[in-house]
Order: sequence, then structure tokens, then C-alpha cells
Amino acid sequence: MSNELLNELTFFVLSIFVGIEVISKVPTILHTPLMSGTNAIHGIILVGAIVIAAGASSPVNIVLGLVAVTLATTNVVGGFVVTDRMLEMFKGRNAGRAQGAQNQVQGQPAPTKESTPTK
Amino acid sequence: MTTLIEIAYLVAAVCFILGLKQLSSPKGARNGNFIAAVGMVIALVATLPLLRFTTAGVIIIAIGVIIGAAIGSIGARMVKMTAIPQMVALFNGVGGGAAALVAVAELLSFGQHPAFAVAFPSVFSIVIGSVSFAGSMVAFAKLQELMTGTPITYPGQQIVNGILAAAILGFAIAVLAVASIPFSFISLMILALVLGVAFVLPIGGADMPVVISLLNAFTGLAVAASGFTLNNFALIVAGTLVGASGSLLTKLMSDAMGRSLGNVLFGAFGQTRAASAPAAGKEGRSVRSGTAEDIGTLLAYSQRVIIVPGYGLAVAQAQHAARELADVLEKRGVEVTYAIHPVAGRMPGHMNVLLAEANVPYEQLKEMDEVNDEFKNADVALIVGANDVVNPSARNAPGSPIYGMPILNADQAKNIVFMKRSMRPGFAGIDNDLMYDPKTLMFFGDAKDSLTKLVAAVKAA
Repeated sequence: MSNELLNELTFFVLSIFVGIEVISKVPTILHTPLMSGTNAIHGIILVGAIVIAAGASSPVNIVLGLVAVTLATTNVVGGFVVTDRMLEMFKGRNAGRAQGAQNQVQGQPAPTKESTPTK
Repeated sequence: MTTLIEIAYLVAAVCFILGLKQLSSPKGARNGNFIAAVGMVIALVATLPLLRFTTAGVIIIAIGVIIGAAIGSIGARMVKMTAIPQMVALFNGVGGGAAALVAVAELLSFGQHPAFAVAFPSVFSIVIGSVSFAGSMVAFAKLQELMTGTPITYPGQQIVNGILAAAILGFAIAVLAVASIPFSFISLMILALVLGVAFVLPIGGADMPVVISLLNAFTGLAVAASGFTLNNFALIVAGTLVGASGSLLTKLMSDAMGRSLGNVLFGAFGQTRAASAPAAGKEGRSVRSGTAEDIGTLLAYSQRVIIVPGYGLAVAQAQHAARELADVLEKRGVEVTYAIHPVAGRMPGHMNVLLAEANVPYEQLKEMDEVNDEFKNADVALIVGANDVVNPSARNAPGSPIYGMPILNADQAKNIVFMKRSMRPGFAGIDNDLMYDPKTLMFFGDAKDSLTKLVAAVKAA
């Protein structure tokens, strides 16, 4: 077994333990955002897609590279943005409704009548 | 230069780990997502210097990034909060597809007899990535209601799936041991896509979150495998982190539904007939329904009201109306809390997001364990668009598909108001005895309209 492969396997095994350890105490309410967040992280495949697309010259490789980069970018950008939108909703919840007015700055199209800035 | 890149990858990996850590606590979640995104940018930028670009390569990367970023950001910005689960499925699927395509491109470049150490992860990545892609698309279609959400089963389904799996194994061995030719690995990819579809078809719409989480972990592993093929540490570490944490999350989610993962994934087989049979005898039972005035008065003169929100509330965009009702009740001195089932909405935590969007104070949201003992002291349990999560058959009907799922004890409240569009059964497709309970008043109609009527009725009471 080559040295490099051994290194890679080491990283792989350690990452498994870290991955399990790091989210072991997640509360139910964060399951959805966490799923979405990890979903964004595996968008790192964009690195792989760029590696194969960079040197593309044959038609097959050009098509493969183009599709792979497009799909992977969708994964990364969509994943992070949608997670952020979800988590944005949690902002200020500890302070309760006092924060309501501030939330309007984010341009949500459906503000409640009660929470529009006080007149 | 190589050292610099490795250091950048290390920094990126640390960002991902810190990001995940923060994502799992309410306080730092949004920050965590940001940190992970920073890690992503670092990893991407660090990759560029060592690559040798062809002109075509530069063009396709630019086009791909522009199109992908447009689809991703517009999709993620436009999507309604209720449709988040299928959006996550979609973004997960495209990641899996990308991983499979990267592996195909690598196999093409290795020639007919690649070393096992690169061929094996490529094959793994093609299979798992394709399953994840196709499975996620079916999950998307089910949640978006482009197709039926009920489990699709047919005789001999398990045999067909078994044959598919065996054929995939056969082609995988062919690629590894005989010759890595396009015919073999393209066949492998097509079969894996079919398996992905076949795998998700028999799973009901209500279980989709668990499936999406599992496929999310799959994509992570496919990405890690691509990392082995490309000798890229960033892919290995990030992919494995997602694979491991995603697997644990999948387990946590099925635990929250009170079911084993095996039951979620394969429960539809052989169970459908048993579940539909007893429903036949329930036809013709009568329910009580009330007017807005009846219910408004009942609510206005209560001490404690527990609102049980469900997906129906989300679909009708009624979270603001629900809050308005809670506000007028509180003004009259009624104590209002929301009972949140772990899988209320369509994903664990989904309902919390929706209610947070309507600025419902966090302290009013109570999780199941916390609130279940309070139902017996509540004057009214107001069920808005929820169904399966209050269905007593989860407790007392062993044949029911949801038997064993922990439910909210709404049936113990002194009065139950069941707001629903119609008598149609819920997502799991089963009848709910609670509707026929003598303590129950049905209030039919769109959740938002109904709640608005109740607000007016409470004000008038």
C-alpha cells in the first residue's frame, strides 16, 4: 500500500469519528438546517468537477466537465443559500417578538401586520 | 506551492468541522453555515493554481459556474419555506450526480486497466452518486406532488431490486477485474440510476425526510470516494464528514419518528394490505362539526389552549394567522402554547422554522416531551392541519403503518378542535380515530381562512 493511500485512509477514518462526534448532540429543531448544511458541504465535489473540467479537450470530456461543474455549483450555492434562509428565521428568537421589527429589514415579502415598524 | 494548497485544504477542513459543530447548536447555527461556506471558498481557490487549463476547460468552468450559481441562488431564494424539503432533495441529488460524472471522467482517463486503488473508489462513486441522484429526484417529485406520495409497490418488487443490485455488482466487478471500458461503467451508472428510483418508490411521502437525509450521507460518501480517485484531501475529509454526520442524523431522525431505519426504508413491503384492511369498517361513522362562532367562544373562555400545527398550516401559509389568533387569545388572558411534534411539517424542525418566520416567540414553542403531560390540563387542543402526529392509532393499532410513532396526546385535552380541509386522511394515508372522538369538533376549510374567522369570532365573543 502506497504511503499516499495510507495517508488518505487515515484522514478518512478520522473524519468518520469527527463527523459523528461533532453532531452528536443536535436538538430536533435543528435537524432540517443541519441536513441542509451538510448537504451544502458535500458540494465540495465542485473541486473535483473543476479538476476534471480544467483539462478537458475531447467533446466527451467537455460535456462531462460542463455538466459536472453546473450540477456541483448548483449544489454548493443552493445548499448554502437555502440553509442560510432557514437559519435566518431563527434569528432573535430568544428575545421573542421584540425582534420582530428588525426582521423586516431582510425583505421577506410576507410581513405580519403586527410586526411592521411601529407608527 | 503544493504545501500551500495542502495547508489551505487543512484550513478548509477545519472550517467545515467548526461549521458543523456550530450548526448543531441553536445559537451559532447561522454562523456555522457561514464558516462552512468560507471553507468552501478557500478549498475552491486553493485548487486553481496547480491546474493546467485548456481553453475549452476555462470556458466550460465559467459557463457551468454561472449557470449553477444562477439556478442555485434563484432556486434557494424563491423557494417557499414550505417547499424547503424538496429543495434540499434537489440540491442533494445534483451533488450526487456531479460525483458520479467526475468518477466517469476519471475512469475514461485511466484507460482499460486502472490501478485498483483508483478504480474501486470510482466505481463506488458512480454507483452511490447515481443512486443518490435518481433517489433524490424521486423524493423531490413525491414531495412536490408531481407524483403520488403513497408508497408504490408491486408484486415481486424485492426480487426486481435484488436483480438490479446483483447486476450492479456484476458490472462493478467487470470494471475492476476485466476491463474498464465505457460500456461497463455507463451500464453501471444506468443500472444505479434505476436502482435509485426503485429504492425510493416504495417509501411513503411522510418518510421522505429520512430518505433525503440518507441520500445526503450517500452523496457525502460518493464525494469522499472521488477524493480517493483524485488524491484530493479536501474531498475526502469533507465528503466523509458529511457521510458520517449524515448517517447519524438519519438515525436521529428515524428515532424521532419512533421507527427503525430498516422499517422506514423497507416497511412498505407486505404491510400495505394489512394496513388498508381494517379501514373498511370505519365508513359511516359520524363526526361533529362546529361553526366559527361556537369554536371562537369555546377558545375565548378557555384557560389553556394548546395549538398543534401541522403541514396543513404550512401549506395554507397560515402561520401568521395562527399567531394572530394566539395574540388575541393572550390578550384575553388565555395561556397559549404550541405543541411541536418532532416531525411536524415535513422534516424534523420544519415547523419551528415556519413559526419562527411568523415571529412566534420561541418560548411558546414546546417540544413533544415537554408538552405531552400538559394536554390533560388544557381546555382546548386546537389542531391546525396536523393529522398523523395526533392519530391515536399510533398508540393502539398494531396494524397501522404509524404504529409505535410517538404522538402528541391531543386526545387527552378537554376539548379538541380539529381544523382540516376535508375528511381526507393525512400524509400517511390512514384514517384518524380522533376525528370521531365525542370530544372533537371538526372545523372544515382552508387553514388560513378558518383561523382568520376564528380571530374575528374570538374578538366578538
